[in-house]
Amino acid sequence: MIALLVRDLRLSVRAGGGFGLGLVFFLIVTVLVPFGVGPETGLLTRIAPGVLWIGALLACLLSLDRIFALDWEDGSLDLLATAPLPMEGVVSVKALAHWITTGLPLVLAAPVLGVLLNLPVGGYLWVVVSLLLGTPALSVIGTFGAALTVGLKRGGLLMSLLVLPLYVPTLIFGAEAARRGAEGLAVQTPLLMLAGISAGAVALLPFASAAVLRINLR
Amino acid sequence: MSIWEYANPVKFIRTTDRLLPWFSAGAVICLVVGLVWGFFFTPEDYRQGSTVKIIYLHVPSALMAINAWMMMLVASLIWIVRRHHVSALAARAAAPIGAMMTVIALITGAIWGQPMWGTWWAWDPRLTSFLILFLFYLGYMALWTAIENDDTAADLTSILCLVGSVFALLSRYAVNFWNQGLHQGASLSLDKEENVADVFYHPLLVSIAGFVLLFIALVFLRTQTEIRARRARALLTRERGA
Repeated sequence: MIALLVRDLRLSVRAGGGFGLGLVFFLIVTVLVPFGVGPETGLLTRIAPGVLWIGALLACLLSLDRIFALDWEDGSLDLLATAPLPMEGVVSVKALAHWITTGLPLVLAAPVLGVLLNLPVGGYLWVVVSLLLGTPALSVIGTFGAALTVGLKRGGLLMSLLVLPLYVPTLIFGAEAARRGAEGLAVQTPLLMLAGISAGAVALLPFASAAVLRINLR
Repeated sequence: MSIWEYANPVKFIRTTDRLLPWFSAGAVICLVVGLVWGFFFTPEDYRQGSTVKIIYLHVPSALMAINAWMMMLVASLIWIVRRHHVSALAARAAAPIGAMMTVIALITGAIWGQPMWGTWWAWDPRLTSFLILFLFYLGYMALWTAIENDDTAADLTSILCLVGSVFALLSRYAVNFWNQGLHQGASLSLDKEENVADVFYHPLLVSIAGFVLLFIALVFLRTQTEIRARRARALLTRERGA
């Protein structure tokens, strides 16, 4: 499992520049928002937590089709399927690799981009905490969507249609926690719900993804 | 004699052929009676005037929008566990009907909401969760049409339906939570049946029965079509091979 994780991490860092792409996309979305809604700092302060969450979510979505597509094309996914490692393990490792290469950098970049959006001082901690709790769910749900559409030629668009509705609860609780944190309100309830969604998704969805992948490899 | 006999497509078509006229006729009668009774023979609400009458379309379609997804969930489970093709095809047949019911509920809701709340759309928990449900239907149908192989498509959509059900439920509560934090959705939930007086309640029941029968009849019809289309495709393939 660790070998697979290391391999996936190496591949994503070395091949095709997919590693930094999510971050750059996150940056661009954040920069575009003030152009779209106007540069008043008061307004930006109010919407900053939500914008950071949506930017992170879209950046995450963008990198999803890389999870399985390359391995599918060169046949290494078939090798992984016949390897002694159970499919659930493969899927979990792939999701973990996606999180390390996409989710974690997004979490770390969020405070920097928060400066651009005039995020209130108290909000930085809670934006980071909520993203830290929420991005694993995004990665795992996204892995399910990627597994569903792996065999399709132009699956990217379909995958966003499938994955985005599944992202709704995570987005709601994550953005709510960040917003409340920024306004100095109690954040415990949304954070707990967010952690619950992440834990549940991490625990259960790999089984669905593995089942879907087995069907696609049949 | 067990219910699984109807998993045989031939038997299914024969039985539903016999049942279809009854369900269709029942649907037409119930809908006509319910809607005419509702639209012309009920008093106007003292607060809402005649706009209250859209309830006879709004409530049943909203009800069926959710129940259609439930039916798809059950059919998907049967397909996953017992692999009866009719079940998978029935789930596929139900999806567009459910999606249309969701659209009807959303549109009638907007038409009702405009004079009542002064807005076509509000980010109220109920409205929002229905919009999300509609997105789930769209994704489900898109996945069905995107995959060439029928059995693969049935498998994948079944699992999507299972996962989607969990997340649809989760979204329902998440959306509830989300809105209460922003602004209280005052008096936005008008379709509580306890609030409705008997004069409105009886035609509403008839109308709901009409929608249920209509849904069953449409599912029968569309499932038959799916079975026949698949049979025609199989015949074509065989001919080409011969």
